[in-house]
Amino acid sequence: MIGAGLAGERCAIEAAAAGHSVLILSLVPPRRSHSCAAQGGMQAALGNCAKAEGDSPDVHFLDTVRGSDWGADQEVARIFADTAPLAVRELAHFGVPWTRLRPGINRYHIKGEQVDVDEPTDKAGLIMHRDFGGTAKWRACYAAAGTGHATLYAVDSQVVRLGIDVLDRMEAIALVHDGERCHGAVVRCLRTGRLETILARATVIATGGYGRIYGGYTSNAVINEGMGAVLALDTGIVPLGNMEAVQFHPTGLWPAGILVTEGCRGDGGYLLNAAGERFLVALEPEKQELASRDVVSRHMMNEILAGRGVDSPNGPHLWLDLRHLGEEHLTTRLREIYEICHDFLGIKPWEDLVPVRPTQHYSMGGVRVNKDGQAYGLAGLFAVGEAACWDMHGFNRLGGNSLAETIVAGRIVGARIADFVTRAGPGPDAALGSAELKAQEQRLRDLAQRPAGGRSLYQLRDEMGEIMMNRLGVFRTGEEIEAAVRDLKRLLQEAGSIGLRATAPGPNPELTYALRLPGMLRLALVTAEGALARRESRGAHHRIDYPQRNDAEWLNRTLARWLPGAEGPRLSYEPVGLLDLPPGHRGYGASGYVDLDVSLEAYNQRVAAAQSAEGCLETAEPVGSSLRPGAWRGAFSAPN
Amino acid sequence: MSQAAQRTLKFEIFRYNPEDPASKPHMQAFELQETPFMSLFIALNKLREEQDPTLQFDFVCRSAVCGSCGMMVNGRPALACKTLTSQLERTIRLHPLPAFRLVGDLAVDTGSWFRGMTERVQGWIEAKAPFDPDAVEERMDDEVARAIYERERCIECGCCVASCAVANTRPAFVAPAGLNRIARFMMDPRDRRKTGDWFEVFASDEGVFGCLGLMACQDVCPKELPLREVYAYLRRKSLTGILSRRAKPAT
Repeated sequence: MIGAGLAGERCAIEAAAAGHSVLILSLVPPRRSHSCAAQGGMQAALGNCAKAEGDSPDVHFLDTVRGSDWGADQEVARIFADTAPLAVRELAHFGVPWTRLRPGINRYHIKGEQVDVDEPTDKAGLIMHRDFGGTAKWRACYAAAGTGHATLYAVDSQVVRLGIDVLDRMEAIALVHDGERCHGAVVRCLRTGRLETILARATVIATGGYGRIYGGYTSNAVINEGMGAVLALDTGIVPLGNMEAVQFHPTGLWPAGILVTEGCRGDGGYLLNAAGERFLVALEPEKQELASRDVVSRHMMNEILAGRGVDSPNGPHLWLDLRHLGEEHLTTRLREIYEICHDFLGIKPWEDLVPVRPTQHYSMGGVRVNKDGQAYGLAGLFAVGEAACWDMHGFNRLGGNSLAETIVAGRIVGARIADFVTRAGPGPDAALGSAELKAQEQRLRDLAQRPAGGRSLYQLRDEMGEIMMNRLGVFRTGEEIEAAVRDLKRLLQEAGSIGLRATAPGPNPELTYALRLPGMLRLALVTAEGALARRESRGAHHRIDYPQRNDAEWLNRTLARWLPGAEGPRLSYEPVGLLDLPPGHRGYGASGYVDLDVSLEAYNQRVAAAQSAEGCLETAEPVGSSLRPGAWRGAFSAPN
Repeated sequence: MSQAAQRTLKFEIFRYNPEDPASKPHMQAFELQETPFMSLFIALNKLREEQDPTLQFDFVCRSAVCGSCGMMVNGRPALACKTLTSQLERTIRLHPLPAFRLVGDLAVDTGSWFRGMTERVQGWIEAKAPFDPDAVEERMDDEVARAIYERERCIECGCCVASCAVANTRPAFVAPAGLNRIARFMMDPRDRRKTGDWFEVFASDEGVFGCLGLMACQDVCPKELPLREVYAYLRRKSLTGILSRRAKPAT
């Protein structure tokens, strides 16, 4: 298991519980993984509180597919929505101190008004929900604004209880494979700098997202450099899916980029421009501040571009207004937001406005896997969580759905891995392992022998960040992306000749970064090439020169492979998956789109063969078996 | 929120690379131009990127939630990411946290320490029954959930351990973070263990009676956990435990 965040650990628990020997490798101690930074909530249709009445996995499925702008694999979205309630209750069993329902009159702030709601007595003490963007019902389960922290600690405590081994400060730098099957990985110890091979019947990439290709313009931790995606890309066999689908969170603290949870708006916070106007009321009459993240981020950037942002030495921003929520609420149910405001801005959010601006936040793209979590093209390789393109998020993830995905996918993929290992034939090939180890040792020697000089790695990283944020940000155009591709190719070439200044033995942080940077640049190029080719706007991928969603030509998933020695990725496309909910208007954001030019039946008929041709391995149960077509009908008609 | 004239900061940083036979523990001096809202996260990265590429330290979230960057700042344990240089004098002395194994320079191995502590205090829920996938979640009063969450907020940064005179001299002591962890599970109604089951771990010199009451832990805790309350709670519980043991007939 490469990665010890929520997805990796939940997956490890499932495989260990089935009796298999599991070893977890992690860059950092498990409880430092970036899952701990998730704040506001985890979506699961328990339907406990008054504003969640009528909620069901069917409604959750609809919200998720609409949120994805129809880019999601609908069967995966269905599996996810159906399993999320179970997974959240299991977390309660693991000890997560979920915020609970308080019966009787509760005072909420909804769409700018203070509302008293009578919470049902018969639901007293069940898991409470809060509102989030792009959902028809209150569905996010939460533990104050430290949901990720509380969840990660509970799941890791189970890892410790089960005695699962974790090696921290370990970095996988290459996969061991024979072109058809994965046999483990070569890893570098970040305490000693030494390399070793770890052989495994099943290898799992659970390394999180690649936000750091946006340099400092991200809410992501410094370890979210996409190294799991690079491991897969470097095989030349396993494709990455939808890497151009990059989410920008509306409320990154400006200028630090630290996340301020969507739960702030869910609990009634407003966005204001420099004039103090709630500009979203007119732009999104139905959802206001709680449209999906891609839509809100675009409205915010438009507001800033129109000159209605607040000037600051670091550039213009907008305000998040939480003052009306009051000190009691902000120091309990949004406690972590109060702490961030206090620690990093020195302000009290019940008295002062919070400066925010959209920032890179989530990677919808990742290692392309089938519904069992198996990577395309390489048996014995799996991916799970943000590192994977499973693909329930399509082109825009709903808030609270990623935390839920880690737990749901961890459960499901963990069980599939256990089956796979039980069925798998002969063990891993040790000779292949030593050959890859030698190759990686050579890679390190080559790096050490390059003469020092020229620009530093960190200058290249900063330039990459500027390119990505300025040219592959909230708004994109063909011309800008072409320039980005040109510059990224130049940087990749430059990175290949940079020498190290530090030669001391041991972990050597400069060498660690020198091993990562070229991979990050390749991910940046894959993102840029995918965005350039996709001549439409879907979810978070917004092309000013192709502003409409185009289902006739682009209702598909980008797959990118990097063949050995190539200068750039090779792109191909597959259908998004079986369609159950027909493409339509999302209920927020732009209403126009180009319709599908074939029938749903005709589209669906192509799916299995087309995905198989792209390397999709056979699933334990046939494609479509979990879809429950039409089950959503009548559950619900339109977003409220 | 602007700042007056920017200063030239002087850093004195502890250096030692245990992997390098030529390395000896020493203090190294650096100078750095201060910028507005400069945190030690920004400052240390600038030093590594512009002056000394070998400098070792740990950051992950850089938003004070992951607990990676505990270090001694002018002799006091603190999270480096949320320590702003504007709060400090011009000369800033940085050491690794004591009580933990050194990885190199400012990086220490808190991961192994906390895993060991979790194993010792059995810091997980011992469920009353196996998980029932068909059942609705067990109900809990929100006040109880809030109280558990208050203990759950520990981010395992190790600042309390580093500040604790007992933890620094007696490695078997479970330390403030360990005591807080015990209290967290002890008060959780989902856990089947009774006070007596915890007795050996917490009602001894390695547990709450090892504490000298200096309370540096509460002063330095970056999450402002109410550790004084935790110890009072555990002492009350151990008293109950002692009395109930005395009440048992001799065997």
